[in-house]
Amino acid sequence: MSVNATPTGADVAANAERSAGRHAAVPTQRARRGRAPLSENKKAERRLGWLLCAPAALVMLAVTAYPIIYSVWLSLQRFDLRFPDQREFIGLENYATVLTNEFWWTAFGVTALITVVTVAVELVLGMGLALVMHRTLVGRGIVRTAALIPYGIVTVVAAFSWRYAWTPGTGYLANLFGEGAPLTERASSLAIIMLAEIWKTTPFMALLLMAGLALVPEDLLKAASTDGATAWQRFTKVMLPVMKPAILVALLFRTLDAFRVFDNIFILTAGANETSSVSMLTYNNLIRGLNLGIGSTMSVLIFIAVAIVAFVFVKLFGTAAPGSSDDERR
Amino acid sequence: MADIVLDKVSKRFPDGTVAVRDVDLEIADGEFVILVGPSGCGKSTTLNMIAGLEDISSGELRIGGQRVNDKAPRDRDIAMVFQSYALYPNMTVRENMAFPLRLQKLDRETINAKVEDAAKVLELTALLDRKPSNLSGGQRQRVAMGRAIVRQPKAFLMDEPLSNLDAKLRVQMRTVVSRLQKQLGTTTVYVTHDQTEAMTLGDRVVIMRGGEVQQVGPPQELYDHPRNLFVAGFIGSPSMNFLHAAVEDGRLRTALGDVPIGDRVRRQLDGADAPRELILGVRPEHFEDAALIDDETRRRGLEFEAPVEIVESMGSDKYVYFTVEGERASAAELEELAADAGAADFTGAGASLVTRLSAESPVAEGETRRVWFNLEKIHLFDPSNGRNLTLHEGRAAGALAD
Repeated sequence: MSVNATPTGADVAANAERSAGRHAAVPTQRARRGRAPLSENKKAERRLGWLLCAPAALVMLAVTAYPIIYSVWLSLQRFDLRFPDQREFIGLENYATVLTNEFWWTAFGVTALITVVTVAVELVLGMGLALVMHRTLVGRGIVRTAALIPYGIVTVVAAFSWRYAWTPGTGYLANLFGEGAPLTERASSLAIIMLAEIWKTTPFMALLLMAGLALVPEDLLKAASTDGATAWQRFTKVMLPVMKPAILVALLFRTLDAFRVFDNIFILTAGANETSSVSMLTYNNLIRGLNLGIGSTMSVLIFIAVAIVAFVFVKLFGTAAPGSSDDERR
Repeated sequence: MADIVLDKVSKRFPDGTVAVRDVDLEIADGEFVILVGPSGCGKSTTLNMIAGLEDISSGELRIGGQRVNDKAPRDRDIAMVFQSYALYPNMTVRENMAFPLRLQKLDRETINAKVEDAAKVLELTALLDRKPSNLSGGQRQRVAMGRAIVRQPKAFLMDEPLSNLDAKLRVQMRTVVSRLQKQLGTTTVYVTHDQTEAMTLGDRVVIMRGGEVQQVGPPQELYDHPRNLFVAGFIGSPSMNFLHAAVEDGRLRTALGDVPIGDRVRRQLDGADAPRELILGVRPEHFEDAALIDDETRRRGLEFEAPVEIVESMGSDKYVYFTVEGERASAAELEELAADAGAADFTGAGASLVTRLSAESPVAEGETRRVWFNLEKIHLFDPSNGRNLTLHEGRAAGALAD
């Protein structure tokens, strides 16, 4: 993954380079506008370019484009493996069924709640952790490794340990909080699911944010402190704005991830008491219920939801990221 | 505005290295002081300690008569300009310059007026609404200066502010900085590794080496009366020529011939522990083509003949490089200077003598030329400690003084 460099990194040399590049680009543009025939050399170069891209493009087509198109195709059919004879093309009828179904909207609400809460909490905790990891001078390696342990544990394994911890009678956390079985009630189940999610992915957030912290030049913070900024002002007025691209990348990654939450719910509640996420619901319909039509419709809907989130974020980048700000586009 | 006093200020890092040792310095109100030295000499650390960006291990720092050792940078009322300019990339030029004022919670009108004024002084008015990424290096540098001057601090601290500019712009900006400082009359401490900048800008120059102050004084004084070998070698471009000199029978045997010495130097060489070997230092401009000088001048110096290696004609005068035989001068200071110039592993063949002769001299490459040099202007150094033996009460008097 690449994190955009901030404009402070662009020193005089880079500036000169950029303007040189801009000048170099002018003749080619003119040539293209005038439809001048490409020279042999240019043609060969272009052909080589296509050839070099081809393997990656082919792999992408095989492993992503094909499944997506196939599930869209399935979503337009009545296709239940229990009644294979009734398979037929029914247009958007499946979508109407899903989008008017209360289970779908409950699951959607649960997913949205989990996404918003976990990402928000992770951002705050992750920033704190990133600052700690960035500032530690002694035992930097150990601190970083320790912080990353939750992320290294398989989600299912971690989810099981949370489940046992919350099991009444035997679990230490359940005993700590007295009577009752928290995983049998909706509110407490959701809280535990979110806790498990946050515990697991905060280190990832911290890692992404730490990459952003590395982009803040030390001189900038020194300048801010001689200019009269307090530590908090340095953080909010200098660090955060400079880190913004990295923060947005981290938020995008985590939001997309969180929206597809599955493992923790599967292990902790199996979707009981209306704690299903959309992924959980899709799994139940597609794999358990063997209803390929409805299941595929749901996965296409999740795909669309994720695409909308990504679109919003990328649009946000368009106005904020230095790599795409208008001065560099010129 | 205020004076700055460093009283035995030292910086010791946790790993035990001493970056700055017992620096005593009094900077008067409105004075322009340059800290100069090779990289790693502690000049930037000293500046950071004045700014409060680096803790002071021992000693006392007073700004305007007030002890500020334990004050945060924001409470010291100083402004700093960085080599990297350190402009906030997310803010426009106007916002950058207004930033320190906004932190002081001044009202919007005052801020605007101050920013406009500063922008006018630095000719930034047309650029106020641009982002730093849209500015050239020189413009960024000016914005950084602007951000420093808007709030009229007690002192300016500048950490190699011109080092990232290309040579031509650097010379231009040098005069801008100089004029600005005179106009505002604000106490300024300026760090550089460039001795030309040090010579041209400052009221006084502080030469540092290995965390210690070598000499403090006006540029011309450092140039004419260097206290030791390091200062002599560091100041001046092209730098002073250093030659090995052996003390024999009250004369100095050098590659340029036998140099007579006066009573004052002789007295210093009479002691039992006096050095038997010296380093002779002559600046390039104290040589002249022997054919071009009158008899009166001739008597004050010594002549020698040497093959001409290279002639560089500068128009106003000529830099002529001679090959001279004999032992190379060697001392720890000289090695350090060579290392700083990046020439530690490049010695060339034989000792080369750099001279600055009149443009009228018909000197040509390959010939052997008779050259005169001024004995009143030469320096003699003790290679063991670098001390300048020709210095008397702070003035250098040449080798012949009685």
